[in-house]
Amino acid sequence: MSSIPVVAQTAGAGAARAAARRPNRRPVRKGTGGHTRRPGWVTYTFLGLVLLISIFPLYFTLILGSSTPAEISKAALPQLLPDASLFTQFAEVIGSSAINFWKAFANSVIIAVITSLSVVLFSTLAGYSFAKLRFRGRGPLLVFVIATMAVPTQLGVIPMFILMSDLGWIGKLQAVIVPALVTAFGVFWMTQYLSESLPYELIEAARVDGASMFRTFWSIALPAARPAAAMLGLFTFVQQWTNFFWPSIVLNQENPTLPLVVRSLQANYFVDYSLVMAGVFLVTLPLIVLFIFTGRQLVAGIMQGAVKG
Amino acid sequence: MSVLTPTQPNQGLDGPAPRPQRRVGFSQRLGRWDVKLSPYLYISPFFILFAITGLFPLVYTAFVSVHEWNLLGGQGDFVGLQNFSDVLAQPTFWKSLRNTFSIFLLSSVPQVMCAIIIAALLDQNLRAATFWRMGVLLPYVVAPVAVGLIFGRLFADQYGLINGLLGVIGIEPIRWHADALASHVAIASMVNFRWTGYNALIFLAAMQAVPRELYEAAIIDGAGRVRQFFSVTVPQIRATIIFVIITSTIGGLQIFDEPRTYDAQGLGGADRQWMTTVLYLYDVAWGNQKNFGRAAAIAWILFIIILLIGLVNFAITRSISTSGPSKKAPRAVQRARRKAAAAALRAQNATSPRGGSSARRPSAPTSAPNDRKKR
Repeated sequence: MSSIPVVAQTAGAGAARAAARRPNRRPVRKGTGGHTRRPGWVTYTFLGLVLLISIFPLYFTLILGSSTPAEISKAALPQLLPDASLFTQFAEVIGSSAINFWKAFANSVIIAVITSLSVVLFSTLAGYSFAKLRFRGRGPLLVFVIATMAVPTQLGVIPMFILMSDLGWIGKLQAVIVPALVTAFGVFWMTQYLSESLPYELIEAARVDGASMFRTFWSIALPAARPAAAMLGLFTFVQQWTNFFWPSIVLNQENPTLPLVVRSLQANYFVDYSLVMAGVFLVTLPLIVLFIFTGRQLVAGIMQGAVKG
Repeated sequence: MSVLTPTQPNQGLDGPAPRPQRRVGFSQRLGRWDVKLSPYLYISPFFILFAITGLFPLVYTAFVSVHEWNLLGGQGDFVGLQNFSDVLAQPTFWKSLRNTFSIFLLSSVPQVMCAIIIAALLDQNLRAATFWRMGVLLPYVVAPVAVGLIFGRLFADQYGLINGLLGVIGIEPIRWHADALASHVAIASMVNFRWTGYNALIFLAAMQAVPRELYEAAIIDGAGRVRQFFSVTVPQIRATIIFVIITSTIGGLQIFDEPRTYDAQGLGGADRQWMTTVLYLYDVAWGNQKNFGRAAAIAWILFIIILLIGLVNFAITRSISTSGPSKKAPRAVQRARRKAAAAALRAQNATSPRGGSSARRPSAPTSAPNDRKKR
């Protein structure tokens, strides 16, 4: 950048402005050989192959969903393109008496939405407290939070089940929701984010203006935490939507979630793969739609988590 | 802070004049309590809920494991370590442990290698970079149960697509559901399908943090692309590689969803050839036996195994990242140590509260000390 005055002297003010603008427009990694050059077709071929592998199982699901069981038993890939019979299969899955499709869908939405909101709220609250407030025991408590992430709490299923059955929650949504309301990871993630990105000056300014502690949190910390909160919410949503182990223990066929529907389709219609596959696709579809709109944030979230360290 | 004498002497002590001062005093005291208590109030939801739903069950598992305890009958007599010796005497338990480790090895090793290669491909000046990154992440949103079902079909013993393709190149059909090793390969491929892209993005982030000067130096020394990859990229992202291996380990040891849906029965095959330990736990507790005491013993044994492996990993991570190429000042070394420690801990976070068999979270450490790209 020090060369810009030189440019201004030798080539004129316009050239200097252009030179000053240049690094902002496109950050050029200089002198790294392969890193500045556009990669050749080999790279794209390989990546295309990876993409194909990513998509293929979903495509395969659609194909089997549009075929009849007889066709499936004759050929591994009965046809090349899905057809309209897929929709009849969808209708049959939705209307099937063996499974409660809409109920499962609603349950999945309820669980994923409530847990995402609660994880985000409680994690932001605790993260704000750990990152920006001073209180006795802060250090050890934060260490405790980090340590709890190392504990495979999934292995506590048996007492959890006993607890839920004592509460009379077996078969009810709260049995899945309540244990998922907070995560140690969420607290850690928000602590990391807020300690880096929320300036003390903002908090002090709010306090000087007479805001209460909670008001400061609500009006200053919460908006500042929004990008990280969105990613945390998104990951919690995906995780809860795809969660199977614990719901399969405490919920039942009368009150299932979508992953449980997949399992009961498999158990009830194991001869009719066509129907099962149509159901699998139907269950996967909502997250794929979500992914199309928020995939960019998911990618950024994973990579940001990696760099933050 | 508060004025002791009334400002208006002609009014009595009970008069209205001291009121403003009293109110200020009260609200200040309230404010002080607000400042003192708020931090605890904000962290309490996490600690209370975690104590009830995370910590208590784990401790109570130990209590259940030393009692006779049934799903229907509830708590029975104290039996000491009887449940543990019963479990250890079961051949199925050892088989489940073997299956778990076999599936884990088959999934983690190829997965890490593929993820590094994909990350290296993505770490270039690509057109439509976001599109490719999203492309590799797509499998992450497919539920493991769905993956299990789809791959169960792909790896069908008869008329399965994989066997069909093998037939084209002249290989005899493999009995993916009958043969133990073949079924492990199939289940491992499900895990790989879902997590390779996710890990590739973690590696990609680490690769982008490698200082570009190192590549410049390598180029000046005459290193080609491949040599740059093995001599610069891989050593620089070593800590991240270890982190990903740890997450794979801990997620992999609790695998349940995929083997559960690999066939319609969901009990690990006719000969229990792909029954994993958590699947065994599930079967003991909620299957035919309904024996909570024994299932709790299985949980504790697995818990100890995971803890031990976690500690070993932690030690390895520490020693590697401190003996790594740290030419920088002590501060940088310290930072690396801290990061490695945090990484190892976070790695274990993979084992989320009831987050499914392979729940992993969006976080990873960066590599060696000088990790951040100079801007």
